[in-house]
Amino acid sequence: MNQTWQFQNKFQSLLIRGGRVLDPANDFDGAADVLIVDGKIVKVAPDINYSAQIEYDATGKLVTPGLIDMHVHFREPGQEAKEDFLSGAKAAAAGGFTTVATMPNTSPVVDNAALVRAMVKRAEDVGLVNIKIIGAVTKAQQGQELAEMRDMIAAGAVAFSDDGHFDANAKIFLNALDYLHGTGKVIICHEEETELVAGGVMNEGKRSALLGLKGRPTVAEDIAVARDVLLAEYTGGRVHIAHISSARAVDIVREGKRRGVKVTAEVTPQHLTMTDDLVNPADASTKINPPLRTQADCDACLTGLLDGTIDAIVTDHSPHAPEEKDREYIYAPSGFPGLETSVGVLLTELYHTGKVDLRTLISKMTAEPAQVFGLDAGTLSVGAAADVTIIDTELAWTVDAKNFYTRGSHSPFVGRELKGRAVATIVRDNLMTLNQM
Amino acid sequence: MLGKSVTAIKNFSAAEIRSVLDAAYKFKQIIKRGGEKKLSNLRGKAIVNLFYEPSTRTRTSFELAGKYLGADVVSINSGTSSIVKGESLRDTLRTIEAMGVDAIVMRHKAEGAADFATQVVKPVIINAGDGAHAHPSQALLDLFTIEQRKGRLAGLKVAIVGDILHSRVARSDVYAMTRMGMEVRLAGFKTLLPRFFDFDGVTVYESLDDAIKGVDVINVLRIQLERQQAGLFPSTREYARVFGINDERLKLAADNVLILHPGPQNKGLEISSEVTYCERSAIQDQVQNGVAIRMALLDLTLGGDA
Repeated sequence: MNQTWQFQNKFQSLLIRGGRVLDPANDFDGAADVLIVDGKIVKVAPDINYSAQIEYDATGKLVTPGLIDMHVHFREPGQEAKEDFLSGAKAAAAGGFTTVATMPNTSPVVDNAALVRAMVKRAEDVGLVNIKIIGAVTKAQQGQELAEMRDMIAAGAVAFSDDGHFDANAKIFLNALDYLHGTGKVIICHEEETELVAGGVMNEGKRSALLGLKGRPTVAEDIAVARDVLLAEYTGGRVHIAHISSARAVDIVREGKRRGVKVTAEVTPQHLTMTDDLVNPADASTKINPPLRTQADCDACLTGLLDGTIDAIVTDHSPHAPEEKDREYIYAPSGFPGLETSVGVLLTELYHTGKVDLRTLISKMTAEPAQVFGLDAGTLSVGAAADVTIIDTELAWTVDAKNFYTRGSHSPFVGRELKGRAVATIVRDNLMTLNQM
Repeated sequence: MLGKSVTAIKNFSAAEIRSVLDAAYKFKQIIKRGGEKKLSNLRGKAIVNLFYEPSTRTRTSFELAGKYLGADVVSINSGTSSIVKGESLRDTLRTIEAMGVDAIVMRHKAEGAADFATQVVKPVIINAGDGAHAHPSQALLDLFTIEQRKGRLAGLKVAIVGDILHSRVARSDVYAMTRMGMEVRLAGFKTLLPRFFDFDGVTVYESLDDAIKGVDVINVLRIQLERQQAGLFPSTREYARVFGINDERLKLAADNVLILHPGPQNKGLEISSEVTYCERSAIQDQVQNGVAIRMALLDLTLGGDA
């Protein structure tokens, strides 16, 4: 199958005909047409009578608000061999994502207003999709001094994170929560207690015990999540748990929410569907932080997704240059690209297996992350920016790194036969489509 | 086993282990008889020893094994090669392959490095130790030594004691020994035991005295001094007192208990001098048997016919 995309098709008006419109933000699920004029949603209704510049036949397809991924690494500035805004934006569009948020663990770290402004400008220049900028919580993500977060908010930062690192200094982290209080901005927390995971490259469990690879125990995540839920409760601040992966951590978030703590959480497709049994020490594709856990952890994450403990699905799209991943497991960097496989993996592993309904899946990639981060996105409301994703839930395809738009090539999903993917991604006045000829 | 890479003993059937041991008996006779040792089994074959970590006995015994079999053997040390210039493992392996070698014997700090090599190049890969993962020739020479001294393997009780967590020897012995019908006990401070170790036929002990009660063989693992600095035990003195193997403690084991140690030893830490040099110690045998086992492995995989 041809898996290339057409990224440029500007229009003044577009009528998406005959699809099943699923818009969790408006509690709508039914057959309807969607009319877009001048980059805005104008009408969502059955049998719209309008002579549009472009008509898209969405018969048999799912039409959703543009998908949101609040956790990607586009590696700019400084690490363009891994990814840049253009390759990342193409990967996002090809995966059905219209809004992504980039993590600040770049070189240099995005930890000041000048850099945020530069990246906002860069995002506008690249276009294609909406790229939001996440700033660092501490200077250079060193966990020692607060970064100028109020300046960064003024420059356009949508959230803050020292992702990649746990803020080991509890006092600094508490200060960060207090300092952001009242701004509405969330701190996205990478939860692995530093000393407990030092040197670790995979989940600590039966598999690591046999392979001799150093483990990263779930308890490292659990105590980090517990600390941050308690600090959020104590300060009244807002924490968002990044890529949750441990069963116990899901319990801690659930319990925190029950007490009214302002805690939210996200999970990745890999932590919902893959276990450490897949770790092969001769192939660093599976290396990621936090690591792939056990089936019980996957099951707990799924339960958390279904019962509302987990608010969002993110990819943690973390591409590296091929030569960086093509080496010894312990030396290869952690992370792999996920934007172009997310929808396919979620549909194949969770929807087609009957584990999760479509509405929940789409909600976790549209309405709910938009709410957590206060984004003006994730809805097909009339008047909203026309960010729309069209998904063919039945389209069978095979993941082949040669077809990736991301610069990353090593993914444990490579070779997978999947069912379902985005076939069109609309961002305001641009219709991007999968070439299916 | 012709053309087969040897990356981990878990990939060996009991029959394959048997065939290596049988071949090793033959080669041991040749080494022991003295005089002319050089055979022609691997004449015209080229073997490279690629060692990314320091090693005395493993590297030397692989080198001698190859030479006794008539192969041309070259040893590369990571410190004096283009590895220090930052060459990737893939490129180093491809460079060696391009020179026409038949086998690469590899020691590397990274678990999975030998398996990685089998994906990258065509020559036979013999794993001479990859991190804490595997050390197949060590497990085979341990079996060989036990069988020579005890006359059998099946039914024997073995205690492997010390730093199990970081030990490729332990991770190889458990596969090799259980496959040959031995009962395996692992013992160490809980800080030196892998959590969640779950293996059929293997029991994990936190008490040394319980572990060695009535055993036929004790394999004493090397304790690296940096483990103390990493906070895994408080002092070498306390380690020696609570977990060191000495004459007094051996009274708990079977009368003719056999003592193994993969070397090099820290005398007075994990093992006392008396035990190292006593008649129940097979530590010197292990070294000689190591050459025979490595000859067997090279001969079987590189296709000589003795």
